[in-house]
Amino acid sequence: MVLDRILTLTFIVNLLAATIRSAAPILLSALGEIYTEKSGVCNIGVEGQILCGALTGFLAAYFTGSNLFGFVMGMAGGLLMSLLFAFLTVTLNADQIVVGVTVNIFAAGLTSFIYRVIFGVTIFPPATKPMKEIFIKGLSDIPIIGQVFFQQKPYVYFVFLLVPFLSYLLFKTTVGLKIRSVGENPLAAETVGIPVRLIRYCCILFGGACAGLTGAFLSIAQLTRFMDNMAGGRGFIALAIVIFGQYNPTKAAAAALIFGFADSLQTCLQAVGLKFPEQFLRMAPYLVTILAMVLVSKSVSGPASLSKPYYKE
Amino acid sequence: MNQILQMRGITKHFPGVLANDHIDFDVNEGEIHALLGENGSGKTTLMNILYGLYQPQEGIIIFDGKEVKINSPLQSIELKIGMVHQHFMLIPVFTVVENVILGIEAEKGIKLDLDKAREEIRHLSHEFGLDVDPDAIVWQLPVGMQQRVEILKALYRGAKLLILDEPTAVLTPQEINDLFKILRDMRSHGTSIIFISHKLNEVMSISDRVTILNRGKVIHTVNTKDTSPSELARMMVGREVFLHVDLISQETGDIKLKVENLKVLNDKKLIAVNDLSLELRSGEILGIAGVDGNGQSELSEALGGLRPIESGKVFVNGVNVTNKRPEIITQCGMSYVPQDRKKHGVVIDFSLAENSILRSHKSKEFSANGFSRKTKINEYADDLIKKFDIRTPNSQVHAKTLSGGNMQKLICAREFSRPHEVLIVVQPTRGLDVAAMEFIYSSLVDERSRGTAILLISTELDEVFSLSDRIAVIYEGKIVGELARENFNTEQIGLLMAGSVTH
Amino acid sequence: MKKIQIIEKREQPRGRLFSLLLIGISLVIALLFGAILILLANKNPIEAYKSLFYGAFIRKSGIIETLVKGTPLLIAGLGMVIAFKANLWNSGGEGQIYFGALFATIAGIYFKGLPAYIHLPLAIIAGGIGGCIWAFIPGLFKVYLNVNEVIVNLMMNYIATFFIAYLCQGPLSEPGGFMPQTARVAETAMLPLIAPPARLHAGVILGLILAVIMYIILFKTTLGYEIRAIGFNLSASEYGGIKSKKIMLTVFAISGFLTGIAGAGEILGVHYRLMDGISNGYGFNAMVVAILGRLHPIGIIASSFLFSGLQVGAAQMQRVMQIPNSISDALQGFVILCLIAVDIFMEYDLVLFKNLKQISRQSS
Repeated sequence: MVLDRILTLTFIVNLLAATIRSAAPILLSALGEIYTEKSGVCNIGVEGQILCGALTGFLAAYFTGSNLFGFVMGMAGGLLMSLLFAFLTVTLNADQIVVGVTVNIFAAGLTSFIYRVIFGVTIFPPATKPMKEIFIKGLSDIPIIGQVFFQQKPYVYFVFLLVPFLSYLLFKTTVGLKIRSVGENPLAAETVGIPVRLIRYCCILFGGACAGLTGAFLSIAQLTRFMDNMAGGRGFIALAIVIFGQYNPTKAAAAALIFGFADSLQTCLQAVGLKFPEQFLRMAPYLVTILAMVLVSKSVSGPASLSKPYYKE
Repeated sequence: MNQILQMRGITKHFPGVLANDHIDFDVNEGEIHALLGENGSGKTTLMNILYGLYQPQEGIIIFDGKEVKINSPLQSIELKIGMVHQHFMLIPVFTVVENVILGIEAEKGIKLDLDKAREEIRHLSHEFGLDVDPDAIVWQLPVGMQQRVEILKALYRGAKLLILDEPTAVLTPQEINDLFKILRDMRSHGTSIIFISHKLNEVMSISDRVTILNRGKVIHTVNTKDTSPSELARMMVGREVFLHVDLISQETGDIKLKVENLKVLNDKKLIAVNDLSLELRSGEILGIAGVDGNGQSELSEALGGLRPIESGKVFVNGVNVTNKRPEIITQCGMSYVPQDRKKHGVVIDFSLAENSILRSHKSKEFSANGFSRKTKINEYADDLIKKFDIRTPNSQVHAKTLSGGNMQKLICAREFSRPHEVLIVVQPTRGLDVAAMEFIYSSLVDERSRGTAILLISTELDEVFSLSDRIAVIYEGKIVGELARENFNTEQIGLLMAGSVTH
Repeated sequence: MKKIQIIEKREQPRGRLFSLLLIGISLVIALLFGAILILLANKNPIEAYKSLFYGAFIRKSGIIETLVKGTPLLIAGLGMVIAFKANLWNSGGEGQIYFGALFATIAGIYFKGLPAYIHLPLAIIAGGIGGCIWAFIPGLFKVYLNVNEVIVNLMMNYIATFFIAYLCQGPLSEPGGFMPQTARVAETAMLPLIAPPARLHAGVILGLILAVIMYIILFKTTLGYEIRAIGFNLSASEYGGIKSKKIMLTVFAISGFLTGIAGAGEILGVHYRLMDGISNGYGFNAMVVAILGRLHPIGIIASSFLFSGLQVGAAQMQRVMQIPNSISDALQGFVILCLIAVDIFMEYDLVLFKNLKQISRQSS
C-alpha cells in the first residue's frame, strides 16, 4: 500500500528536490567551517552563529521588506558572533571548545530575548515575504532533472555554485596555500612572514558570515519566520560534514546531500502518510552523522594544528 | 672589510631569565661566523631577535649600513636575511616547491604559479649542488634533504645573510660534510653565514670567526685560525668543558637486561629498530652512541613499554617483558629516565609530591584500598627533595615551577629511588647547565657502583665517552659495532656512526 | 614606532584567591551587560535586578525553586567536572539526562511491591545506569576509534530526545491518557519532600553528598590521581603505567552515571512521570556550571545554585516586569565568556597603563 505511494515518480522527484533544498543551508555552514578548520581552528559555535544570522537576517528583511538586505544582515549577525569567538580563541588563546559551547548558549539566550523584546508573544508570528523558486530557462523543462535541480530557490543555486569556487580558492591559489600552511604549522608559516593570527581571524569571520547567511536562509527563505533555537543542530551537523567531507568543499557537498536526503526522507514519507513513528525518521540525520564519523575515523586526518592555540613565548 | 650586520647592546628578558645581556655581534660580508655556546647561553634567542620572531627590550640592529627595526620575519626576509631553524619550519604535507614559495608566491591572477618556481628551484638546486626534487612531499624526504629544502627557501628569497641554528644535530658525518661543502659554495657566492653550534670541532672546521656566548653575554670574538678547541671550550663554559668522571673499573655481574632481535616501527610505520640485540650486566654502563634519529627514541620507548614491539624479545632480570605494560616492566626491576622531560617525565600541572609517585602510585606504600596515602606521599617527596637537592619551596608546588635541571633531578630522584636493577637513561643532560650535568653524572656513577645495569642512550658523544664501560653504536636501527672502554677511539666510532664501517 | 605592550607574562601564575576574584569580576561585567539588555527592553535595570534577586534568593518559594532547579545542575555539573578533569568532553549531558529519566521512570513504574528504602535507591541507580549507557557509546567510539566525542555526544542528545518523545507517545504512554507522557511512578520510588508541601525534595541532599564523594574521588583516591594525570598529560600518564583507555571509559561511565542521576532526580522528585522537555538545556548548562565552579566539586555547589537562581529570578522578572526570561541564558553564556576573557590575568599582568604613562613621560 504505502510502497505504491512511495514508488511513484512524483514522490522520488519531490524527495530529490527536497534533498537538495535542505542540503544547501547546512552545506554553506560546512563550507565556512572548512576554511575555519583548515586554518587550525575548530569553531563549535557555528550553531550559535546560525541563530544570530537567522535573527538579524529576519529582522532586517521584516522591517525593510528586502530579503536581499536580510541576507546581508544575516551575514553580519553571524560575523559579529564569530568575532567574539575569534577574539577569545585567537587573541586570548582560550580553549576553542569551551568558547564554542558557551557561544551557543549565549546566542540561544540572546536571540530569543531580542526577538521577544521586539515582538512579544504572538499568536500569529510575523513573517517575511516568501521567496519564489527560480526556474532556470531551458534547463528546468528537462523532465525529472529539471524538476530536481533547476526549480529551486535562488539561495540553493548560490550555495552549490560556491562549491567549485571555494574549492579552487583553497587548493589552487596563494590565499589557499597560506590558509592551509597556518593550519598545518603556524610557526613555520610565521617564519616566512605569513600573519598567522590575521589569517585565523579572517577564516573564523568567513565561517561566521557563512553561518549567519545559513541562518538567514533558514529564517527568511525557508520558514519566513524566526523561532527559538531554529538552528536545530544544523551547526553541529555542519561540523560533522566537514569531517565526513574530509575538509574538502567538493566532498563536503556530497556529504551534505546525504544528510539532506536523510532529512528530506522523513518529511516526504510523512507527507505520504507512512505509518512509521516520525521520531525515528527525525533521528535519521543524527544517526547518519554518527555513522559517518565512525566510518571515516580511520581514514581522515585533519590539519595538524587543528584546535591548538598558537602562541609564542 | 664591509660589515653586513652589526647588533649593538641587544638585551632580552623573559620572565625570570635574562636571555641576552647587552650583546654586541658583527658579521662581515662573505664570512662564515660561528656563534658558539652551550644550551641556554642565548644563541637562539639572539638569532630569533635578528629574524624578527622576538623583539629586544634594548639595543639596535644595523643591517647593510642602515639601522633597522625587525618586527616580524617578513621584514627580515625583505632585508634578505634567511634562517634555517633547529626544528625545521616546513609543512610536512606540502611539496618542496609549495614549501619554498610559501609567503612569496608567484601568482597568475590569483592562481598559484608553480611552474616558474619549480624551474627556479631546479636551477638553484643545481647551482649549489643541493639535488632536491621540487615535487617531492616533504615528510617523505630524509632529514638531511629537509634541511636542504630549508636552505633552498632562504636562497629562493635571495638571502644575503643565512642563519643556521644547530644545523648538524640531526645529520650524519657524511651529511655534515655535504652541508659544509654547500656552505662554502654559498660563501664563495658572497653569502654571509651565521653558524650556531655548541660543537667545537665543527666550528673549527667551518668558520672564519667565532663569537662565544655564555649565560647571555658575549665572552669574546676571535678569528678561528688564531684559536684552538680548548681555548674555545674554556670560554664557552668558563671552565674545562669535559667533565671529569671517575669511572673506577669494577667487576660486572649477571646479565640484567637482554634484548634479542628487536624490531620496532616508528610513528610512520617504518622500521626504526631493526634486528637489534644487546646484553647488559649488573654494574656496567653501556653507552648507545649514534646520530639523532637512528632509532634511539624508538628503542628506548620499546624497552620502557611505551611502543609496541613487532618481533624479538626483551628480558629484564630474566623475565620476559616483551610488550608488557610499563608498570609491569617497572615491577620487574627497570627504572627509566625518558628523553622528553615535559612530555613523558613529569605531569607539569601536578605537584612535586604527586609527580614523585608516578608509576608507583598504586603500590601499597602510597595507596590503601584505592585511597592515596597523602602523608606517606608527602614524606616521601620531602625525602627525595632533600636527597637530590631539588631546589623548590616545598613539595606542594607544581612541577612547572621547576627549572629544567631541577625537573630532571626530580625524575632521577623518582627513578633511582624505586627498587630497580636495570636503569635506562635517555639524553639525561639535554638542556641542562653544567652544575646539573655534574650532579646527574655522579648519580649515574653511584648507581653503577651500587651494581645497577645502566643503558645510557645519548647523542652527546662526550657524555657517552666519559660514562660508558662499553659503547655500542646504533645506525639505522642496528648496532653496527661495539667497543670496550680501553679501545675507545673517536675516529672509529665516528665511522661507525656514519654507517660507513660494519664491525 | 614601538609597539605598546598591553599584557606581560607573569613569572608565576596567581593563586586560587585571585581566581575567585576573577569570577566576581565576570559576574559584575555580566550584570552590567544584562542591564543594557534590560534597558533595550525599555525597563529599569535596578528594579529588574531587585525583582530577580528577590524572586530567587529572598522569597521563600523562590529559594525553594532555586534549590529544586539547581539540583539537576549540581548533579550533572559534577558529571561534567570529572570529564573535564580527564580532558574529555561530555557534551551529551542532555541525552544522558533523558536516558537517566527514562530508566528511573521504568524502574519507578514497573518494579512493584518494593518498600521505599529499596525501590527509591533502585530507581535512582537505574537512572544512573541509563545515563551511563548513553555516555558509554561515544566513549567507546572515542577510545577505540578516536572519533571526536564532542560531536557524537551532541548527536546523541538529539537521538535521545526523539527516542523519548516516541516512547512517551507510543509504547510507554499512560494507558488511557491523551498526553504524550508516561504513567506516574510508584509512591515508593518518589524522593521524599523535605518540607511538604513545598516542592523541595531530597534530591538536593543527594546532590550535596555526591559533591563530597566527587571531591574525595578526585583528590583523595588513586583513581582520581589517574584521572587528573591523563587530563593533564596523556603521554606522561602512559609512561606512568596508567591504563588511559580504561580510565577514559571509567570517566565516561561515571560522568554519564551522574548525569543520569540528575535525570532520575527530575522524575522521582519533580515530575513523577516522563514527558517531553523535562531537561530543557540542563545538560549544556551543567557544562557552564562546571566551568564557573572552577572544576571543583565544592565550587560547583555555589555555581549551580547561582545559575538556577538566575533562571528562577528571570522567570519572576518576566512575570512582574515582562522582561523575557531568556535573558538568563544570555547572561549565563556571557558570564562564562567574560570569565574566559579575564582568566588571562591568572598568567599575565596588565602593563598597558604603566607603559602609556612611561611614553607620555618620555614625550613631555
